[in-house]
Order: sequence, then structure tokens, then C-alpha cells
Amino acid sequence: MTETTAPPAARPVRLVVNGVPTTLELEPRVSLLDALREDLHLTGTKKGCNQGACGACTVLVDGHRIVSCLALAVQYDGREVTTIEGVGPHPLQDAFVRFDGLQCGYCTPGQICSAIGMLEEHDHGAPSAVTDDVAGPTPLTRNEIRERMSGNLCRCGAYNGIVDAIESVGTALDEEVSA
Amino acid sequence: MRPFEYERATDVAHAVTLVAERPNARFLGGGTNLVDLVRRGVETPDSLVDVTGLPLAGVEEAAGGGLRVGAVVTNADLAHHPLVRTHYPLLSQAVLAGASGQLRAMATVGGNLLQRTRCPYFTDLTTACNKREPGSGCAAREGFTRYAAVLGASEHCVAVHPSDMAVALAALDARVELTSSTGVREVAVTDLYRLPGDTPQLETVLSPGELITAVVLPPPPAGRSRYRKVRDRASYAFALVSVAAVLNVEDGRITTARLALGGVAPKPWRAAAAESLLFGAEPTAEAFAAAIDAELADAKPLPGNEFKLDLTRRTVVAVLRRLHDEGATA
Repeated sequence: MTETTAPPAARPVRLVVNGVPTTLELEPRVSLLDALREDLHLTGTKKGCNQGACGACTVLVDGHRIVSCLALAVQYDGREVTTIEGVGPHPLQDAFVRFDGLQCGYCTPGQICSAIGMLEEHDHGAPSAVTDDVAGPTPLTRNEIRERMSGNLCRCGAYNGIVDAIESVGTALDEEVSA
Repeated sequence: MRPFEYERATDVAHAVTLVAERPNARFLGGGTNLVDLVRRGVETPDSLVDVTGLPLAGVEEAAGGGLRVGAVVTNADLAHHPLVRTHYPLLSQAVLAGASGQLRAMATVGGNLLQRTRCPYFTDLTTACNKREPGSGCAAREGFTRYAAVLGASEHCVAVHPSDMAVALAALDARVELTSSTGVREVAVTDLYRLPGDTPQLETVLSPGELITAVVLPPPPAGRSRYRKVRDRASYAFALVSVAAVLNVEDGRITTARLALGGVAPKPWRAAAAESLLFGAEPTAEAFAAAIDAELADAKPLPGNEFKLDLTRRTVVAVLRRLHDEGATA
């Protein structure tokens, strides 16, 4: 495809990344993923498919998990972004090590950011596609974890360890809440 | 990625004015479909008008007992909302059956309804596609047809509409509020979409520059409901067939039957022929099968997707039987 128009001018985009306010000069087509990796050199967030299918680029925006590859950075002007560099120390990080929730590790930052967002959604009572009664309570079973984490692919196939790790932390959080 | 201008709309009037004024401009919601299509060169807007900052992010009880859902409510906020979970569980189930947790947190209700087909030939710039490039032909008809339509398609296009949400909204008789510079109007979700005919590039009845501002749900229908999606993997995949059903039985007769199908047609397919047979009938497996058979009488499968007829039939019968059994034991 020939490009007939010159790129529009860069504009200031203000982000709070891992608690640090920053202003970047970006043109509209720059994804949040590329802004984090190329401009802020936060390379913990990974580029996998770059089309929203694999979850490797998952970050938290205002506490919600999103795929940063399909996010235009300009759309997130003024928002708080948390990447894997900013989540720790978090019990999920230790749990992924303890339960072998990874092999090559490329999907791990996305898995952990996604799991943090997922546990937060679950704490707020969100049902999932495997919840039989969406109006009722939703215990965090292994089946629920698998469904809720289906947006994060692991080509090494470390899924059993990933589910073990998330289950261990999710159960601990549940006990904390009910204690 | 082709360059484009970007503007953030501050209110609805501003948004529709911006799109009207700018050549080749598009509204931008969560971006989960449009950003990908622009990156691939399938969509080539010169300008994107971001509507996610508009004050349309509320889910409110509507006058008369229904629900009004703002167009920029995210899929996640809609599916997780207590009023939706309690009164429209069918809608929660359908939204949760689509995409992934990350994508649902980004995607908006308006954008979901206007997302483009995932027909592989639509996004492959090296193949013929009348929807992407009118007059170029349809590579899908004689290609990989597993995901193609069996109802409502034409010789020019066999692409299916990918939304799960829209299938549930069709079964719930939802309406869509459309706003343009000349005013506000409402259309039924089922009337929002056009069948492809010989103009598959025209997918909806929206006028240029018209914006979806809300989805309006009437009070929930009587009876039990269920969304069931059949796909090639257990999660995070588009439907081969999906069914949104509502069933109510009183004194051994069906008093409410709503049935909408996904994954089989260019639009969310309200199965009116099946519904009219079900209404007043005894709720037996035979009656359920006869109803869906009537709906599928005009189906035109392609070599490679004939299986969808049997899969649709079995899924519809299974969902209706389950709803009936649950109602009988409730």
C-alpha cells in the first residue's frame, strides 16, 4: 500500500506509568505497546502477535487489563498504566516461579498482568462464560481460572503451572477476605 | 501502518460534526477491531474520531422497566453489571462468550455491533472480496467455508456477522439509538443490519456520520433464557453456531419462544419461522426439532459447511430442552 499522506504531527501524550508521570511526543498510530517499549524502554511488556490474539502485551490501565498492541497511545492520554515492571513485589510473581508457570518466559509478563486484573474482576463478582448462573456467586475454580485466562496464550504449554500459580494466590486472597 | 489524524470528541454533537466535516473519517471505540484492520490495510480511514470519552458510559433503568445502555459502555462493564446479570442473564452470557477478558475491557457496545466480519478473505488483501473491494469477487465461496453463512448470504458474499452480543440483543428485542446532525432515531437491532445482496460493502442502515449512542432493552421477556456458543475451541474463538433462546411454558404450552442464531448468517438471525411454530405448541423435543427445521428450510450451505445445519439443529434442540427441563424443576 502506497502512503500518499505525510504522517500527522506528533502530539503530547501524558501517561502515568508505574506511578511516574511522563509526557511523550507521539503520532496517532503509535500503539501503547510501542510507546512503552520503544519510547519508555520498558521492554518487560512483550510484542507477540501484535493483533490482540495472544495476550503477551497485557498491561493494566486504571487497574483493568487490556492488550496494549490494539491500544493507540493517544487514546490513553491522562491514564495510569501499570506494566510488569510496576506490579511487584506481587505474590503471583513468586507463585509463577514456585509452580513452574513458565518455560521460555515470553508470555509471563502478560500472564501476570492479566491474572492481577482477572483476580480484581473476580473480587468484584464478575461472572465468566463458564459460570452457570451469572447472577450468583462465582467460586474461583480451576475451570473458571482457565476460562478467565483464555486471552493469554503460552506456546510452551505451561498452562497447568499457570493455573496452579493463580489458584494458589486466588485462594489465599479468598481466605484473606473471609478471615 | 497508514497514517491518520486523531481527534477526541468531547460530546455527541462534537463527534458527529467532526466525522461529517472530515473526509474519510471513522468513529473509534475501543479499537479492538478497527485498529487491527487499519494496521492490516483493510480499513483506510484518514481520520479517527475517538468517542470513548463521550458521556455514554452508563447502564440505567429505563422508563417502563427496560434498560438503557450507553454506546461506550465496555463489554466487560455490561456483562458484569448487576442489573444485566440479574434481569438479562442471556446478555451477560453472550458477551462473556465473546473475545477475552482484555478485549472485553476495551471493546464498547457500539463498536461491538459495528465490528467487521472475521471472514479470512475480508482481511487478506491478496484475495477477492466484494465487501472489502466491491466487484472483485468472493474468494470465500470456493475457499475455506467452515465459518461461512448458511442463511441470508448471496452469491456476492457469504461472510457472517461475528458478534455474540448482537445475537442476544436480537432475541431480547433490543433497539439501537442512532444520532446524527439531523436528529435521533431508533431501529431494532435486527433491522440495523442489511443482508449482503449485491452490495455486501453496505452492512448497516446507518447514514454516513450517524453514531450509535445507546442500546435500549425492553423489560425482560417471561421465562428462562440461555446463550450457547459452539466453537472450535472451548474459549476465545468465534462461533460456528450460537443460539440465544428464551422459553416460557404455562399449562403445558409454550407461551414465549424467542430464538436468535449467530455464526450462520450475515446478521444476528432472529428465527421468526421457528418461533411462530413454537408458540402455542407442546414443549417436546419433536416440536423443537420441527421448529428449527422450518427455519433452516431455506438454508443454502456451501461445500464444507453443510455440518452447520445439523449442528444448529442439535444446539437449538439441546438449549430448548434444557430450558424446559430447568423450568419444570424450578
